[in-house]
Amino acid sequence: MGTLSERILGAPAGAYVDRAVNRAFVHDGTGVLTLESYRQMGAKGLFDPSRIHVIFDHIVPANNSTTATLHHELREFAVGSFLNFSDIGGGICHQCMSEGLVLPGEVVVGADSHSCTLGAFGAFATGVGATDMAAIWLTGETWFRVPETIGIRLSGRLSGAAEAKDIALSVVGRLGMDGATYKALEFIGDGTATLSMDDRLTICNLAVETGAKTGMFYADRITLSYLAGYGLTAEEQTSERPVYEQEIEIELDDIPPVVAIPPRVDSIRAVHDLTGLALDQVFVGTCTNGRYSDLSRFARIVRGKKVAIRTIIVPASRSVLAEAIRTGVLADLVAAGCTIGTPGCGPCLGAHMGVLGEGEVCLSTANRNFRNRMGVGGEIYIGSVATAAASALEGEITEPEAPDAG
Amino acid sequence: MQGKGRAVCLPADIDTDIIIAGRYLRTKDRSIWAEHVFEDLDPSLGKNLKGAVIVAGKNFGCGSSREQAAIALKEAGVIAVVAPSFARIFFRNAINIGLPLIEADVTCTNGRQIAFDLSAGWIDTGTGKRKVARLSLHMLAILRAGGLVAYWKVKQ
Ligand code: SF4
Repeated sequence: MGTLSERILGAPAGAYVDRAVNRAFVHDGTGVLTLESYRQMGAKGLFDPSRIHVIFDHIVPANNSTTATLHHELREFAVGSFLNFSDIGGGICHQCMSEGLVLPGEVVVGADSHSCTLGAFGAFATGVGATDMAAIWLTGETWFRVPETIGIRLSGRLSGAAEAKDIALSVVGRLGMDGATYKALEFIGDGTATLSMDDRLTICNLAVETGAKTGMFYADRITLSYLAGYGLTAEEQTSERPVYEQEIEIELDDIPPVVAIPPRVDSIRAVHDLTGLALDQVFVGTCTNGRYSDLSRFARIVRGKKVAIRTIIVPASRSVLAEAIRTGVLADLVAAGCTIGTPGCGPCLGAHMGVLGEGEVCLSTANRNFRNRMGVGGEIYIGSVATAAASALEGEITEPEAPDAG
Repeated sequence: MQGKGRAVCLPADIDTDIIIAGRYLRTKDRSIWAEHVFEDLDPSLGKNLKGAVIVAGKNFGCGSSREQAAIALKEAGVIAVVAPSFARIFFRNAINIGLPLIEADVTCTNGRQIAFDLSAGWIDTGTGKRKVARLSLHMLAILRAGGLVAYWKVKQ
Protein backbone atom coordinates (compact mmCIF):
# COMPACT_ATOMS: atom_id res chain seq x y z
CA MET A 1 0.00 0.00 0.00
CA GLY A 2 2.77 2.35 -0.85
CA THR A 3 2.99 5.72 -2.50
CA LEU A 4 4.16 5.79 -6.11
CA SER A 5 7.69 6.67 -4.97
CA GLU A 6 7.74 3.77 -2.51
CA ARG A 7 6.45 1.36 -5.13
CA ILE A 8 8.94 2.43 -7.79
CA LEU A 9 11.92 2.59 -5.43
CA GLY A 10 10.77 -0.58 -3.68
CA ALA A 11 11.25 0.56 -0.10
CA PRO A 12 9.36 2.52 2.54
CA ALA A 13 9.77 6.26 3.05
CA GLY A 14 12.94 7.12 4.92
CA ALA A 15 14.96 4.16 3.59
CA TYR A 16 18.19 4.75 1.67
CA VAL A 17 18.37 2.65 -1.48
CA ASP A 18 20.73 2.20 -4.43
CA ARG A 19 18.73 2.01 -7.64
CA ALA A 20 19.49 1.50 -11.30
CA VAL A 21 18.25 4.31 -13.51
CA ASN A 22 16.34 3.83 -16.76
CA ARG A 23 17.35 7.18 -18.26
CA ALA A 24 19.97 9.75 -17.38
CA PHE A 25 20.25 13.13 -19.07
CA VAL A 26 22.40 16.24 -18.88
CA HIS A 27 22.27 19.54 -20.73
CA ASP A 28 25.01 21.81 -22.03
CA GLY A 29 25.16 23.61 -18.68
CA THR A 30 25.56 20.65 -16.34
CA GLY A 31 27.07 18.31 -18.94
CA VAL A 32 30.40 20.13 -19.01
CA LEU A 33 30.97 19.61 -15.29
CA THR A 34 29.63 16.05 -15.50
CA LEU A 35 32.15 15.21 -18.18
CA GLU A 36 34.94 16.77 -16.14
CA SER A 37 34.02 14.79 -13.03
CA TYR A 38 33.58 11.62 -15.11
CA ARG A 39 37.09 12.03 -16.53
CA GLN A 40 38.53 12.75 -13.10
CA MET A 41 36.92 9.54 -11.85
CA GLY A 42 38.98 7.70 -14.40
CA ALA A 43 36.40 7.49 -17.22
CA LYS A 44 36.49 3.71 -17.15
CA GLY A 45 33.45 3.26 -19.39
CA LEU A 46 29.84 4.36 -19.57
CA PHE A 47 27.22 2.06 -18.09
CA ASP A 48 24.99 2.08 -21.17
CA PRO A 49 25.28 4.82 -23.82
CA SER A 50 21.77 4.08 -25.10
CA ARG A 51 20.30 5.28 -21.79
CA ILE A 52 22.38 8.46 -21.56
CA HIS A 53 21.15 11.66 -23.19
CA VAL A 54 23.06 14.87 -23.80
CA ILE A 55 20.73 17.69 -24.76
CA PHE A 56 21.93 21.18 -25.67
CA ASP A 57 19.33 23.69 -24.51
CA HIS A 58 20.69 26.24 -22.04
CA ILE A 59 22.74 28.55 -24.23
CA VAL A 60 21.83 27.73 -27.80
CA PRO A 61 23.22 28.71 -30.21
CA ALA A 62 26.41 29.54 -28.30
CA ASN A 63 26.51 33.21 -27.21
CA ASN A 64 30.29 33.60 -27.30
CA SER A 65 33.42 31.62 -28.04
CA THR A 66 33.86 30.40 -24.46
CA THR A 67 30.46 28.72 -24.57
CA ALA A 68 31.13 27.48 -28.09
CA THR A 69 34.36 25.83 -26.97
CA LEU A 70 32.62 24.13 -24.04
CA HIS A 71 29.84 23.00 -26.38
CA HIS A 72 32.39 21.68 -28.82
CA GLU A 73 34.12 19.54 -26.23
CA LEU A 74 30.89 18.04 -24.88
CA ARG A 75 29.49 17.50 -28.38
CA GLU A 76 32.62 15.63 -29.48
CA PHE A 77 32.40 13.43 -26.41
CA ALA A 78 28.66 12.74 -26.79
CA VAL A 79 28.90 11.87 -30.46
CA GLY A 80 32.16 9.95 -30.06
CA SER A 81 30.75 7.90 -27.20
CA PHE A 82 27.50 7.12 -29.05
CA LEU A 83 25.32 8.83 -26.46
CA ASN A 84 21.88 10.09 -27.51
CA PHE A 85 22.78 13.59 -28.54
CA SER A 86 20.42 16.46 -29.26
CA ASP A 87 22.26 19.47 -30.66
CA ILE A 88 21.17 23.14 -30.57
CA GLY A 89 17.57 23.72 -31.57
CA GLY A 90 16.41 20.23 -30.59
CA GLY A 91 14.78 21.60 -27.49
CA ILE A 92 14.79 21.75 -23.69
CA CYS A 93 15.98 18.54 -22.04
CA HIS A 94 12.76 17.95 -20.07
CA GLN A 95 10.63 18.53 -23.15
CA CYS A 96 12.77 16.26 -25.33
CA MET A 97 12.55 13.52 -22.71
CA SER A 98 8.78 13.96 -22.51
CA GLU A 99 8.48 13.26 -26.23
CA GLY A 100 8.37 9.50 -25.93
CA LEU A 101 11.43 8.71 -23.82
CA VAL A 102 9.94 8.20 -20.37
CA LEU A 103 7.52 5.49 -19.27
CA PRO A 104 5.44 5.03 -16.12
CA GLY A 105 7.28 3.29 -13.31
CA GLU A 106 10.76 4.17 -14.56
CA VAL A 107 13.53 5.82 -12.58
CA VAL A 108 14.75 8.90 -14.44
CA VAL A 109 17.50 11.27 -13.38
CA GLY A 110 18.47 14.54 -15.00
CA ALA A 111 21.28 16.90 -14.14
CA ASP A 112 18.79 19.73 -13.82
CA SER A 113 16.47 20.65 -10.99
CA HIS A 114 13.33 20.58 -13.13
CA SER A 115 13.76 16.88 -13.95
CA CYS A 116 10.76 16.39 -11.66
CA THR A 117 8.70 17.45 -14.71
CA LEU A 118 8.78 13.87 -15.97
CA GLY A 119 6.97 12.63 -12.89
CA ALA A 120 3.90 13.56 -14.93
CA PHE A 121 4.22 10.10 -16.51
CA GLY A 122 4.12 8.27 -13.19
CA ALA A 123 7.90 7.86 -13.29
CA PHE A 124 10.19 8.60 -10.36
CA ALA A 125 12.03 11.50 -11.95
CA THR A 126 14.35 13.79 -10.08
CA GLY A 127 17.28 16.16 -10.43
CA VAL A 128 20.86 15.46 -9.44
CA GLY A 129 24.07 17.46 -9.63
CA ALA A 130 26.87 17.08 -12.13
CA THR A 131 29.18 14.90 -10.05
CA ASP A 132 26.29 12.66 -9.02
CA MET A 133 25.57 12.29 -12.72
CA ALA A 134 29.20 11.42 -13.47
CA ALA A 135 28.94 8.49 -11.05
CA ILE A 136 25.68 7.46 -12.75
CA TRP A 137 27.38 7.52 -16.16
CA LEU A 138 29.94 5.19 -14.67
CA THR A 139 27.69 2.77 -12.78
CA GLY A 140 24.12 3.22 -14.01
CA GLU A 141 22.86 3.64 -10.49
CA THR A 142 22.66 6.09 -7.64
CA TRP A 143 21.39 6.35 -4.09
CA PHE A 144 18.04 7.80 -3.08
CA ARG A 145 16.38 8.47 0.20
CA VAL A 146 12.81 7.25 -0.41
CA PRO A 147 10.74 10.38 0.15
CA GLU A 148 7.71 10.91 2.32
CA THR A 149 4.81 11.97 0.13
CA ILE A 150 2.36 14.83 0.29
CA GLY A 151 -0.92 13.97 -1.42
CA ILE A 152 -2.44 16.84 -3.37
CA ARG A 153 -6.07 16.07 -4.00
CA LEU A 154 -7.46 17.94 -6.98
CA SER A 155 -11.20 18.10 -7.36
CA GLY A 156 -13.55 19.62 -9.91
CA ARG A 157 -12.22 21.29 -13.04
CA LEU A 158 -10.67 24.61 -13.98
CA SER A 159 -13.04 27.40 -14.82
CA GLY A 160 -12.79 30.78 -16.52
CA ALA A 161 -9.36 31.72 -17.83
CA ALA A 162 -7.38 29.70 -15.29
CA GLU A 163 -4.98 27.06 -16.59
CA ALA A 164 -2.62 24.38 -15.31
CA LYS A 165 0.03 26.99 -14.53
CA ASP A 166 -2.37 28.63 -12.10
CA ILE A 167 -2.81 25.28 -10.33
CA ALA A 168 0.95 24.84 -10.17
CA LEU A 169 1.52 28.33 -8.77
CA SER A 170 -1.31 27.88 -6.28
CA VAL A 171 0.29 24.67 -5.02
CA VAL A 172 3.63 26.46 -4.60
CA GLY A 173 1.84 29.28 -2.77
CA ARG A 174 0.14 26.81 -0.44
CA LEU A 175 3.26 24.79 0.37
CA GLY A 176 5.87 27.56 0.25
CA MET A 177 9.37 27.41 -1.20
CA ASP A 178 10.48 24.68 1.20
CA GLY A 179 7.15 23.12 2.17
CA ALA A 180 8.04 19.82 0.54
CA THR A 181 11.82 19.70 0.93
CA TYR A 182 13.11 16.09 0.63
CA LYS A 183 9.52 14.94 -0.10
CA ALA A 184 7.47 13.89 -3.12
CA LEU A 185 4.17 15.34 -4.28
CA GLU A 186 1.50 12.99 -5.58
CA PHE A 187 -1.39 14.54 -7.48
CA ILE A 188 -4.57 12.59 -6.96
CA GLY A 189 -8.33 13.00 -7.02
CA ASP A 190 -11.00 13.23 -9.70
CA GLY A 191 -9.63 16.56 -10.93
CA THR A 192 -6.59 14.81 -12.41
CA ALA A 193 -8.77 13.26 -15.15
CA THR A 194 -9.52 16.76 -16.46
CA LEU A 195 -5.83 17.52 -17.02
CA SER A 196 -3.98 16.80 -20.26
CA MET A 197 -0.41 15.51 -20.34
CA ASP A 198 0.78 19.04 -21.10
CA ASP A 199 -1.09 20.29 -18.01
CA ARG A 200 0.47 17.60 -15.86
CA LEU A 201 3.97 18.37 -17.15
CA THR A 202 3.45 22.03 -16.22
CA ILE A 203 2.24 21.11 -12.73
CA CYS A 204 5.04 18.61 -12.04
CA ASN A 205 7.58 21.11 -13.37
CA LEU A 206 6.94 23.44 -10.45
CA ALA A 207 7.18 20.68 -7.82
CA VAL A 208 10.83 21.55 -7.20
CA GLU A 209 9.82 25.13 -6.34
CA THR A 210 8.36 23.67 -3.14
CA GLY A 211 11.63 21.84 -2.52
CA ALA A 212 10.08 18.53 -3.59
CA LYS A 213 12.18 15.69 -4.96
CA THR A 214 9.54 14.99 -7.55
CA GLY A 215 5.90 15.58 -8.44
CA MET A 216 3.89 12.66 -9.80
CA PHE A 217 0.64 11.78 -11.48
CA TYR A 218 -0.62 8.20 -11.77
CA ALA A 219 -0.45 6.95 -15.34
CA ASP A 220 -4.03 6.73 -16.60
CA ARG A 221 -5.81 6.60 -19.92
CA ILE A 222 -4.65 10.11 -20.78
CA THR A 223 -1.01 9.11 -20.18
CA LEU A 224 -1.41 5.95 -22.22
CA SER A 225 -2.98 7.66 -25.19
CA TYR A 226 -0.23 10.33 -25.14
CA LEU A 227 2.43 7.61 -25.14
CA ALA A 228 0.58 5.75 -27.89
CA GLY A 229 1.18 8.84 -30.03
CA TYR A 230 4.89 7.95 -29.81
CA GLY A 231 4.22 4.28 -30.52
CA LEU A 232 4.73 3.30 -26.89
CA THR A 233 2.63 1.04 -24.73
CA ALA A 234 2.41 1.09 -20.95
CA GLU A 235 0.07 0.10 -18.18
CA GLU A 236 -2.12 2.28 -16.03
CA GLN A 237 -1.11 2.74 -12.40
CA THR A 238 -3.81 2.47 -9.82
CA SER A 239 -3.58 4.04 -6.42
CA GLU A 240 -3.19 1.66 -3.49
CA ARG A 241 -4.67 4.40 -1.32
CA PRO A 242 -1.46 5.01 0.58
CA VAL A 243 -1.29 6.99 3.76
CA TYR A 244 0.19 10.38 2.98
CA GLU A 245 2.31 12.34 5.36
CA GLN A 246 0.03 15.24 4.68
CA GLU A 247 -2.90 15.78 2.34
CA ILE A 248 -3.90 19.02 0.71
CA GLU A 249 -7.23 19.65 -1.00
CA ILE A 250 -7.40 21.91 -4.03
CA GLU A 251 -10.70 22.82 -5.59
CA LEU A 252 -9.87 23.51 -9.22
CA ASP A 253 -13.01 25.58 -9.85
CA ASP A 254 -11.86 28.11 -7.24
CA ILE A 255 -8.47 28.82 -8.80
CA PRO A 256 -8.22 32.24 -10.47
CA PRO A 257 -5.42 33.34 -12.80
CA VAL A 258 -2.49 34.13 -10.49
CA VAL A 259 1.04 35.49 -10.67
CA ALA A 260 4.12 35.01 -8.51
CA ILE A 261 5.62 38.28 -7.38
CA PRO A 262 9.40 38.75 -7.46
CA PRO A 263 11.65 37.60 -5.94
CA ARG A 264 9.70 34.64 -4.55
CA VAL A 265 7.84 32.04 -6.51
CA ASP A 266 5.67 31.32 -3.47
CA SER A 267 4.30 34.85 -3.14
CA ILE A 268 1.15 34.33 -5.13
CA ARG A 269 -1.48 36.96 -5.88
CA ALA A 270 -4.54 37.00 -8.11
CA VAL A 271 -3.78 38.66 -11.46
CA HIS A 272 -6.77 40.86 -10.71
CA ASP A 273 -4.90 42.52 -7.81
CA LEU A 274 -1.98 43.52 -10.03
CA THR A 275 -3.84 44.75 -13.05
CA GLY A 276 -2.15 47.74 -14.64
CA LEU A 277 1.39 47.00 -13.48
CA ALA A 278 3.61 48.22 -16.35
CA LEU A 279 5.75 45.66 -18.19
CA ASP A 280 8.77 45.93 -20.48
CA GLN A 281 8.85 42.37 -21.77
CA VAL A 282 6.72 39.25 -22.04
CA PHE A 283 8.43 35.89 -22.35
CA VAL A 284 6.59 32.71 -23.26
CA GLY A 285 8.40 29.41 -23.28
CA THR A 286 10.58 27.21 -21.00
CA CYS A 287 10.15 23.70 -19.67
CA THR A 288 7.06 24.99 -17.86
CA ASN A 289 5.04 26.51 -20.68
CA GLY A 290 6.74 26.23 -24.05
CA ARG A 291 4.69 23.37 -25.51
CA TYR A 292 2.57 23.45 -28.61
CA SER A 293 -0.66 23.82 -26.64
CA ASP A 294 0.85 26.87 -24.92
CA LEU A 295 1.91 28.53 -28.17
CA SER A 296 -1.43 27.83 -29.74
CA ARG A 297 -3.33 29.24 -26.74
CA PHE A 298 -1.21 32.37 -26.88
CA ALA A 299 -1.81 32.69 -30.62
CA ARG A 300 -5.56 32.33 -30.19
CA ILE A 301 -5.58 35.36 -27.89
CA VAL A 302 -3.28 37.64 -29.92
CA ARG A 303 -4.46 36.58 -33.39
CA GLY A 304 -5.33 39.59 -35.56
CA LYS A 305 -3.99 42.01 -32.91
CA LYS A 306 -0.58 43.50 -32.10
CA VAL A 307 1.44 43.07 -28.95
CA ALA A 308 2.19 46.38 -27.22
CA ILE A 309 5.63 45.48 -25.84
CA ARG A 310 8.52 43.24 -26.81
CA THR A 311 7.30 39.68 -26.67
CA ILE A 312 9.67 36.76 -26.95
CA ILE A 313 8.33 33.29 -27.71
CA VAL A 314 10.61 30.29 -27.50
CA PRO A 315 9.22 26.87 -28.46
CA ALA A 316 10.27 24.17 -26.01
CA SER A 317 11.42 21.83 -28.77
CA ARG A 318 11.87 21.39 -32.49
CA SER A 319 8.69 19.29 -32.67
CA VAL A 320 6.77 22.08 -30.95
CA LEU A 321 8.14 24.55 -33.50
CA ALA A 322 7.36 22.20 -36.39
CA GLU A 323 3.79 21.75 -35.20
CA ALA A 324 3.37 25.52 -34.81
CA ILE A 325 4.58 25.97 -38.38
CA ARG A 326 2.30 23.25 -39.70
CA THR A 327 -0.84 24.64 -38.09
CA GLY A 328 -0.17 28.31 -38.83
CA VAL A 329 0.26 29.22 -35.15
CA LEU A 330 3.75 30.51 -35.84
CA ALA A 331 2.52 32.80 -38.60
CA ASP A 332 -0.11 34.23 -36.25
CA LEU A 333 2.51 34.90 -33.58
CA VAL A 334 4.84 36.64 -36.01
CA ALA A 335 1.98 38.68 -37.49
CA ALA A 336 1.07 39.83 -33.98
CA GLY A 337 4.59 41.20 -33.57
CA CYS A 338 6.16 38.47 -31.44
CA THR A 339 9.86 37.56 -31.67
CA ILE A 340 10.59 33.86 -32.04
CA GLY A 341 13.70 32.26 -30.50
CA THR A 342 15.58 29.02 -31.06
CA PRO A 343 13.96 26.05 -29.29
CA GLY A 344 15.65 25.82 -25.89
CA CYS A 345 15.67 27.65 -22.59
CA GLY A 346 15.94 31.10 -24.19
CA PRO A 347 16.29 33.94 -21.70
CA CYS A 348 14.97 31.85 -18.75
CA LEU A 349 18.34 31.66 -17.01
CA GLY A 350 19.52 35.14 -17.91
CA ALA A 351 22.40 34.06 -20.10
CA HIS A 352 21.39 35.52 -23.45
CA MET A 353 18.59 36.44 -25.85
CA GLY A 354 16.14 38.47 -23.83
CA VAL A 355 18.14 39.39 -20.74
CA LEU A 356 16.50 42.19 -18.73
CA GLY A 357 18.04 45.58 -18.11
CA GLU A 358 18.26 47.43 -14.80
CA GLY A 359 14.77 48.28 -13.57
CA GLU A 360 12.97 46.35 -16.31
CA VAL A 361 9.96 44.19 -15.57
CA CYS A 362 9.10 40.95 -17.37
CA LEU A 363 6.06 38.75 -17.24
CA SER A 364 7.34 35.24 -17.88
CA THR A 365 5.71 31.83 -18.15
CA ALA A 366 8.78 30.22 -16.56
CA ASN A 367 9.13 28.85 -13.06
CA ARG A 368 11.61 31.06 -11.20
CA ASN A 369 11.68 34.74 -10.36
CA PHE A 370 14.76 34.91 -8.14
CA ARG A 371 16.48 38.25 -7.92
CA ASN A 372 18.58 39.03 -11.03
CA ARG A 373 17.83 35.64 -12.64
CA MET A 374 17.01 37.12 -16.04
CA GLY A 375 19.45 40.02 -15.75
CA VAL A 376 20.87 42.27 -13.06
CA GLY A 377 18.23 44.65 -11.71
CA GLY A 378 15.38 43.08 -13.70
CA GLU A 379 12.18 41.83 -12.09
CA ILE A 380 10.24 38.71 -13.09
CA TYR A 381 6.54 38.10 -12.56
CA ILE A 382 5.55 34.50 -13.26
CA GLY A 383 2.18 33.76 -14.77
CA SER A 384 0.17 31.61 -17.15
CA VAL A 385 0.17 31.69 -20.94
CA ALA A 386 -3.26 33.36 -21.05
CA THR A 387 -2.12 36.02 -18.59
CA ALA A 388 1.03 36.54 -20.67
CA ALA A 389 -1.02 36.96 -23.86
CA ALA A 390 -3.53 39.40 -22.37
CA SER A 391 -0.66 41.35 -20.78
CA ALA A 392 1.41 41.44 -23.98
CA LEU A 393 -1.49 43.10 -25.80
CA GLU A 394 -1.83 45.81 -23.15
CA GLY A 395 1.81 46.25 -22.11
CA GLU A 396 0.78 45.83 -18.50
CA ILE A 397 -0.41 43.01 -16.27
CA THR A 398 -3.89 42.20 -17.52
CA GLU A 399 -6.45 39.63 -16.51
CA PRO A 400 -7.08 37.10 -19.25
CA GLU A 401 -10.60 36.50 -20.50
CA ALA A 402 -12.23 33.10 -20.33
CA PRO A 403 -11.84 31.34 -23.69
CA ASP A 404 -15.02 31.36 -25.85
CA ALA A 405 -17.25 32.47 -23.00
CA GLY A 406 -20.68 30.97 -23.56
CA MET B 1 35.61 14.70 10.91
CA GLN B 2 36.15 17.88 12.85
CA GLY B 3 36.36 21.47 11.72
CA LYS B 4 36.06 25.02 12.91
CA GLY B 5 35.66 28.49 11.52
CA ARG B 6 34.24 31.95 11.92
CA ALA B 7 30.48 32.43 11.60
CA VAL B 8 29.06 34.33 8.64
CA CYS B 9 25.30 34.79 9.06
CA LEU B 10 22.89 34.58 6.12
CA PRO B 11 19.07 34.64 5.86
CA ALA B 12 16.66 31.84 4.85
CA ASP B 13 15.92 30.62 1.29
CA ILE B 14 19.33 31.45 -0.17
CA ASP B 15 19.00 30.24 -3.77
CA THR B 16 21.79 28.98 -6.00
CA ASP B 17 21.26 31.86 -8.45
CA ILE B 18 22.26 34.27 -5.68
CA ILE B 19 25.24 32.11 -4.70
CA ILE B 20 26.58 32.15 -8.25
CA ALA B 21 24.71 33.93 -11.03
CA GLY B 22 23.87 32.19 -14.31
CA ARG B 23 26.10 34.59 -16.22
CA TYR B 24 29.23 33.07 -14.66
CA LEU B 25 28.47 29.42 -15.28
CA ARG B 26 29.96 29.03 -18.73
CA THR B 27 33.51 28.24 -17.73
CA LYS B 28 35.54 25.49 -16.13
CA ASP B 29 37.69 27.98 -14.25
CA ARG B 30 36.69 27.46 -10.62
CA SER B 31 38.39 30.65 -9.46
CA ILE B 32 35.77 32.64 -11.41
CA TRP B 33 32.98 31.12 -9.30
CA ALA B 34 34.84 31.93 -6.09
CA GLU B 35 35.47 35.46 -7.33
CA HIS B 36 31.80 36.16 -8.03
CA VAL B 37 30.20 34.19 -5.20
CA PHE B 38 27.24 36.06 -3.64
CA GLU B 39 27.95 39.00 -5.93
CA ASP B 40 24.26 39.90 -6.34
CA LEU B 41 23.62 39.65 -2.61
CA ASP B 42 26.62 41.56 -1.31
CA PRO B 43 29.73 42.04 -3.47
CA SER B 44 31.99 42.29 -0.41
CA LEU B 45 30.82 38.99 1.05
CA GLY B 46 32.97 36.74 -1.17
CA LYS B 47 36.23 38.10 0.25
CA ASN B 48 35.00 37.36 3.75
CA LEU B 49 34.50 33.63 3.28
CA LYS B 50 37.99 32.29 3.86
CA GLY B 51 37.77 30.09 6.95
CA ALA B 52 34.07 30.85 7.34
CA VAL B 53 31.29 28.63 8.59
CA ILE B 54 28.13 29.92 6.94
CA VAL B 55 25.15 29.86 9.29
CA ALA B 56 21.96 30.35 7.32
CA GLY B 57 18.21 30.10 7.66
CA LYS B 58 16.13 27.24 6.29
CA ASN B 59 16.12 25.95 2.70
CA PHE B 60 19.72 26.89 1.89
CA GLY B 61 20.68 26.23 -1.74
CA CYS B 62 17.21 26.11 -3.26
CA GLY B 63 16.56 26.51 -6.96
CA SER B 64 18.88 25.50 -9.77
CA SER B 65 20.86 22.26 -9.58
CA ARG B 66 24.08 24.07 -10.52
CA GLU B 67 26.92 22.35 -8.71
CA GLN B 68 28.95 25.50 -9.29
CA ALA B 69 27.16 26.98 -6.26
CA ALA B 70 28.64 24.45 -3.87
CA ILE B 71 32.01 24.64 -5.63
CA ALA B 72 32.01 28.45 -5.42
CA LEU B 73 31.57 28.29 -1.64
CA LYS B 74 34.30 25.71 -1.24
CA GLU B 75 36.71 27.55 -3.53
CA ALA B 76 36.05 30.80 -1.64
CA GLY B 77 37.23 29.04 1.52
CA VAL B 78 33.99 28.11 3.28
CA ILE B 79 34.66 25.36 5.85
CA ALA B 80 31.03 24.22 6.28
CA VAL B 81 27.44 25.40 6.00
CA VAL B 82 25.00 25.17 8.89
CA ALA B 83 21.25 25.54 8.27
CA PRO B 84 17.99 24.07 9.62
CA SER B 85 17.34 22.56 6.18
CA PHE B 86 18.96 22.40 2.74
CA ALA B 87 17.48 22.04 -0.71
CA ARG B 88 18.05 18.42 -1.60
CA ILE B 89 20.10 18.79 -4.79
CA PHE B 90 22.38 21.32 -3.10
CA PHE B 91 22.75 18.86 -0.23
CA ARG B 92 23.92 16.09 -2.56
CA ASN B 93 26.15 18.44 -4.52
CA ALA B 94 27.89 19.80 -1.43
CA ILE B 95 28.69 16.33 -0.10
CA ASN B 96 29.79 15.22 -3.57
CA ILE B 97 32.33 18.02 -3.86
CA GLY B 98 33.46 17.64 -0.26
CA LEU B 99 31.80 20.60 1.43
CA PRO B 100 30.47 19.60 4.87
CA LEU B 101 26.86 20.49 5.75
CA ILE B 102 25.29 20.48 9.17
CA GLU B 103 21.54 20.42 9.60
CA ALA B 104 20.92 22.52 12.71
CA ASP B 105 18.94 25.53 13.77
CA VAL B 106 21.41 27.73 15.64
CA THR B 107 21.44 31.42 16.43
CA CYS B 108 24.17 33.20 14.57
CA THR B 109 26.52 35.97 15.61
CA ASN B 110 28.84 37.17 12.88
CA GLY B 111 32.48 36.41 13.59
CA ARG B 112 31.91 34.01 16.45
CA GLN B 113 33.93 30.79 16.43
CA ILE B 114 32.01 27.64 15.47
CA ALA B 115 33.35 24.12 15.91
CA PHE B 116 31.81 20.86 14.74
CA ASP B 117 32.35 17.14 14.47
CA LEU B 118 30.49 15.44 11.67
CA SER B 119 31.21 11.84 12.66
CA ALA B 120 30.34 12.38 16.29
CA GLY B 121 27.42 14.62 15.40
CA TRP B 122 27.86 17.82 17.38
CA ILE B 123 28.23 21.55 16.85
CA ASP B 124 29.54 24.18 19.27
CA THR B 125 28.70 27.82 18.66
CA GLY B 126 30.45 28.97 21.80
CA THR B 127 27.86 27.79 24.27
CA GLY B 128 28.95 24.17 24.51
CA LYS B 129 28.52 21.10 22.37
CA ARG B 130 25.07 20.45 20.96
CA LYS B 131 23.95 17.26 19.29
CA VAL B 132 23.00 17.40 15.64
CA ALA B 133 21.74 14.77 13.20
CA ARG B 134 24.64 12.72 11.87
CA LEU B 135 25.18 12.29 8.15
CA SER B 136 24.67 8.78 6.77
CA LEU B 137 27.76 6.56 6.72
CA HIS B 138 27.75 6.70 2.94
CA MET B 139 27.85 10.51 2.97
CA LEU B 140 30.56 10.56 5.62
CA ALA B 141 32.63 8.20 3.50
CA ILE B 142 32.28 10.52 0.49
CA LEU B 143 33.21 13.57 2.58
CA ARG B 144 36.15 11.80 4.11
CA ALA B 145 37.46 10.91 0.68
CA GLY B 146 37.20 14.59 -0.24
CA GLY B 147 34.21 14.19 -2.53
CA LEU B 148 32.60 11.72 -4.91
CA VAL B 149 35.32 11.94 -7.55
CA ALA B 150 38.01 10.87 -5.10
CA TYR B 151 35.65 8.33 -3.56
CA TRP B 152 35.11 6.62 -6.92
CA LYS B 153 38.75 6.77 -7.86
CA VAL B 154 39.53 4.73 -4.77
CA LYS B 155 36.52 2.45 -5.13
CA GLN B 156 37.45 1.43 -8.66
S1 SF4 C 1 13.74 26.39 -19.42
FE1 SF4 C 1 14.55 27.47 -17.66
S2 SF4 C 1 13.93 26.28 -15.89
FE2 SF4 C 1 13.64 24.98 -17.71
S3 SF4 C 1 15.55 23.78 -17.89
FE3 SF4 C 1 15.79 25.64 -19.13
S4 SF4 C 1 16.77 27.14 -17.77
FE4 SF4 C 1 15.94 25.51 -16.48
